[in-house]
Amino acid sequence: MIEFRAVTKRFEDGTIAVDELDLTVEAGTITVFVGPSGCGKTTSLRMVNRMIDPTSGTILVDGRDVMTVDPPTLRRGIGYVIQQAGLFPHRTVLDNVATVPLLSGWDKRKARTRAAELLEIVGLDPAFGKRYPAQLSGGQQQRVGVARALAADPPVLLMDEPFSAVDPVVREDLQTELLRLQAELDKTIVFVTHDIDEALKLGERVAVFQTGGHLAQYAKPAELLSAPANDFVASFVGRDRGYRTLTFLHADVPVHPVATAKLGERVTVTGWILVVDDENRPKGWLSGVDGEVEVREQDLVSGGSLYDGTSLRGALDAALSSPSALGVMVDDAGAVSGVVRADDVIQALAKARAAGEVPK
Amino acid sequence: MTWIFENWARFWEVTEVHLRLSVVPVVVGFLLAVPLGWWASRSPTARTILFPLANILFTVPSIALIVITPVLLGVKILDEINVIVPLTIYTVALMVRSVADALSAVPGHVTAAANAMGFRPLRRFLTVDFPLALPVTIAGLRVATVSNISMVSVGALVGLGGYGQLFTEGYQTDHTEKVLAGLIGTVVLAVLADGLLLLAGRLLTPWARAGR
Repeated sequence: MIEFRAVTKRFEDGTIAVDELDLTVEAGTITVFVGPSGCGKTTSLRMVNRMIDPTSGTILVDGRDVMTVDPPTLRRGIGYVIQQAGLFPHRTVLDNVATVPLLSGWDKRKARTRAAELLEIVGLDPAFGKRYPAQLSGGQQQRVGVARALAADPPVLLMDEPFSAVDPVVREDLQTELLRLQAELDKTIVFVTHDIDEALKLGERVAVFQTGGHLAQYAKPAELLSAPANDFVASFVGRDRGYRTLTFLHADVPVHPVATAKLGERVTVTGWILVVDDENRPKGWLSGVDGEVEVREQDLVSGGSLYDGTSLRGALDAALSSPSALGVMVDDAGAVSGVVRADDVIQALAKARAAGEVPK
Repeated sequence: MTWIFENWARFWEVTEVHLRLSVVPVVVGFLLAVPLGWWASRSPTARTILFPLANILFTVPSIALIVITPVLLGVKILDEINVIVPLTIYTVALMVRSVADALSAVPGHVTAAANAMGFRPLRRFLTVDFPLALPVTIAGLRVATVSNISMVSVGALVGLGGYGQLFTEGYQTDHTEKVLAGLIGTVVLAVLADGLLLLAGRLLTPWARAGR
């Protein structure tokens, strides 16, 4: 657990980076600090491992005032992942990962064995261990950065805009990977980003910082979207927050049966028909013809996004993006289990709201 | 060329002196330049003192410095110190800037990461900053070494100077072969020393060519 108690940071030039911050990061959660540049989110993070010392106030990590511990010792007990990974270019990947264990006095062989384990944990082939960081892609380097931060098994992990320098596709992978890792490792993670989507995806709790170092709101993602504390938070979480609130709702949506056909079959079409493969996985839609026709690949209209039965957002998006206005729902194996309609999603939302499931 | 083989013992003797007079200042100058360069890379005050001072020292003509050193140090005229001290000063003047530039060029996110991992300052310098500064530092060291090898000959003015002796003797006795021998020796020595440093640099920094 990390506690900020009336923490203020005033820089020498007089600017106040963090203003009277009171905040508790619960153990075993991912807490995201988000806000525009100059809002004090990074300064707040860096005060936890004393990269920056506060002007006043107290920061406690697991009940211990960080100012009572000398910085190098404190830092070896707190994992840190930096933007652009910050790997040591002159050391192999394996030695990079082994950095903190070696600093803490482990013997070389034990540190390297541990480092090799960590490469596997973050999803990298241990063969990468012999390479230098420059021989890795940006995404792989960032995985090594995470492995290095985890090497000494610290209970607390600080992540300072770790995924902002990689392309969007790789960033999504890394985010998913972080959630998977956290499910296994159960660390106390503080994650700084300026990207509200990243914050909402990763954070169990999200702290929105406002310019001038004020904490504007500290809440669960769903609550930030449905009940922003002020205009700043409302505009920061974005225009389509009503739509995004659906991400966090898991109400039941009625699933309707759908007519399906396989390639090569002769069918009588009225309206839309869903074409599936031999495993009943969706291939596309067929329409625009009346009467009996053969189902041919070149006549298919490609489908919209697929609804996996988790959030209302997925259901609505599947319906809205489908050429037939019917959102295809699939099971874990990817087989069609039915279709959903946009009206039904809106009704499910109204019901959830009436039942008080939407945070106010 | 024939002079070199006919007078091999003499040639080898001046080669040894030349080597000693050029290598010792490089080593000593380098050891002094590293802490000074480190200081300059961290403190703007150090830079405003050290860089102009280095420039001034470097513009003092080598003849003047070598002639005046015995007077300033009060040592005997034929002592090798008279050549070693001025050349050490040149090496420091040249290397301070190289080392400072090399250390300043270490990426900020790497040093920030090192601090965040819990490195203490000395260990960080020895195992992160300095190794990363090696490619640029070695480039500076190569320039300093080659320029020292060429400047040692000026020491002939105070009766020392390795191949410089061959130049003055050859000139006084109108013996072109002797001058040529000194010239060949200087060039060969410079090329060898430069190649050796280049090789050492490659062996010490295998990472610098990774991923390209």
